[in-house]
Amino acid sequence: MAEVLVVVEASPAAGVKKVTLEMLTLARGLGSPCAVVFGDAAALTDRLGEYGAEKVYAASGEDVQDYLVAPKATVVAGLVRSVRPAAVLLASTQEGKEIAGRLAVKLDNGLLTDVVGVEADGTATQVIFAGSGVVKSRVTRGLPIVTVRPNSVPAQPAPVTPVVEQVTVSVAEADKLARVVERVAEARGARPELTEASIVVSGGRGVGNADNFAVVEELADLLGGAVGASRAAVDAGFYPHQFQVGQTGKTVSPQLYVALGISGAIQHRAGMQTSKTIVAVNKDAEAPIFELADFGVVGDLFKVVPQATDEIRKRK
Amino acid sequence: MNIVVLVKQVPDSGAERALSPGDFTVERAAAGNVINEMDEYAIEEALRVREAHGGEVTVVTMGPAAAAESIRKALSMGPDQAVHVSDEALHGSCAVATSKVLAAALGTLNPDLVLCGAESTDGRVQVMAHMLAERLGVAALTGARKLTVDGSRLTVERQTDEGYEVVTAVMPAVVSVWDTINEPRYPSFKGIMAAKKKPVRALALADLGIPADQVGFVGASSEVVEFAKRPPRSAGTKIVDEGDGGARLVAFLAAEKFV
Repeated sequence: MAEVLVVVEASPAAGVKKVTLEMLTLARGLGSPCAVVFGDAAALTDRLGEYGAEKVYAASGEDVQDYLVAPKATVVAGLVRSVRPAAVLLASTQEGKEIAGRLAVKLDNGLLTDVVGVEADGTATQVIFAGSGVVKSRVTRGLPIVTVRPNSVPAQPAPVTPVVEQVTVSVAEADKLARVVERVAEARGARPELTEASIVVSGGRGVGNADNFAVVEELADLLGGAVGASRAAVDAGFYPHQFQVGQTGKTVSPQLYVALGISGAIQHRAGMQTSKTIVAVNKDAEAPIFELADFGVVGDLFKVVPQATDEIRKRK
Repeated sequence: MNIVVLVKQVPDSGAERALSPGDFTVERAAAGNVINEMDEYAIEEALRVREAHGGEVTVVTMGPAAAAESIRKALSMGPDQAVHVSDEALHGSCAVATSKVLAAALGTLNPDLVLCGAESTDGRVQVMAHMLAERLGVAALTGARKLTVDGSRLTVERQTDEGYEVVTAVMPAVVSVWDTINEPRYPSFKGIMAAKKKPVRALALADLGIPADQVGFVGASSEVVEFAKRPPRSAGTKIVDEGDGGARLVAFLAAEKFV
């Protein structure tokens, strides 16, 4: 069976990200999953094997770490030329998409982004226009280069013992034009990453101020979820931009989305409409968020949410 | 400094959007067409760089004749001139072909700095800056929330899931921006009047030396085979809090096995 390259997303803190395991699961339907790791592969190999990575290509060295994206695309392009894979899967994150874009140009090859499913023949499903439409697409030139949206498929283990292969990294000077001079980690605590979380609790303008976001955070922590914010809340300075859900922020698709004090403008719906279950608390009975909520409470979130958190504690 | 801003006309994301039933391209007739929101931030940043360091700002748009309206709107914010790349053969172009055309158009302008929005509200593909950099052999600094220009050196801060990165390069370079970078100005009346007289140069495929079979549907590297509207979500239970709203909410979450 032909190899399917899965470009691994991992972080020093969290290890292999969930979306990588989901991609390995998807890759099994297309061929033999082989992971491509940038950086230290030793710490990640066991986990990748647990989800079916038969091979791990390890590309390490300063050249891939110190420059923005371009060297990584060169490494993946080299692998595509040497192993002739059936497809390349990358995460539909900023970096995943950027590598995919460069790869597509290098290989003069089609690419499909924000994919939520791939069939055995490479036909991909994409959710478009703020979750209001679904398209099926395929690459018609070259192999499928596909970026996969986190939380699109459940990750299923299929344990194997991966063969680790070191990849010699030789990148061109043209790949070293954008140098990363500093990486600043901002504490997120123990909360899961927004796009990968099974549960997301978001606050909007109705939260009122930055301090009040503690109410949102408390519920998120009790549910083991991530915290999100609407654009209105971010613009008002209640919560940092990296947690913004919506058109100019993150797209999330969790099992449960809790919207607190969020009216549900189309801008916001664009980022959360495909969540499995949606719950909303808003004092305005006419708020559009109720049109998509499976369960809605019309009321003061500062009364409803503390009562809910007390109730959850009691049940634990 | 020779600054280019890439501006894309997109269907208004606040309106209902669809793909054309015939060829699955973005339906431009139904919804109102506007400047892609993040491109307005790129225009603003270009104007700020010009104000601080001098030079000229050129808007570059690839799109059908109707995109001229967005070009005038962009010019009314303050850029000096525009280039409109338009050709019947471009209809149906994929991202790979689009980057080829835009790279060729940029090649005629020799910019020091190319600014664009990080993504468009219609495709949300988020790859153009890197595709162009790959083709032009220049640096790409993407997703900027802050841009500093020091002589020929550019430094950007970009948000990541873990925090942020500081990335630096020497011009020429392509920089894509998020909407956190600035607050775009509104066109003034004077700006709107002045925009009517600003030069807009038309470029067709032949001017760029690109054969028609490398773009559009014929030259596309991917195709849409099916489009369907997703059924709208239906509203579920809505209750009014009468002192037990929190408890009833948890009862729902428990029934759904979230607690």
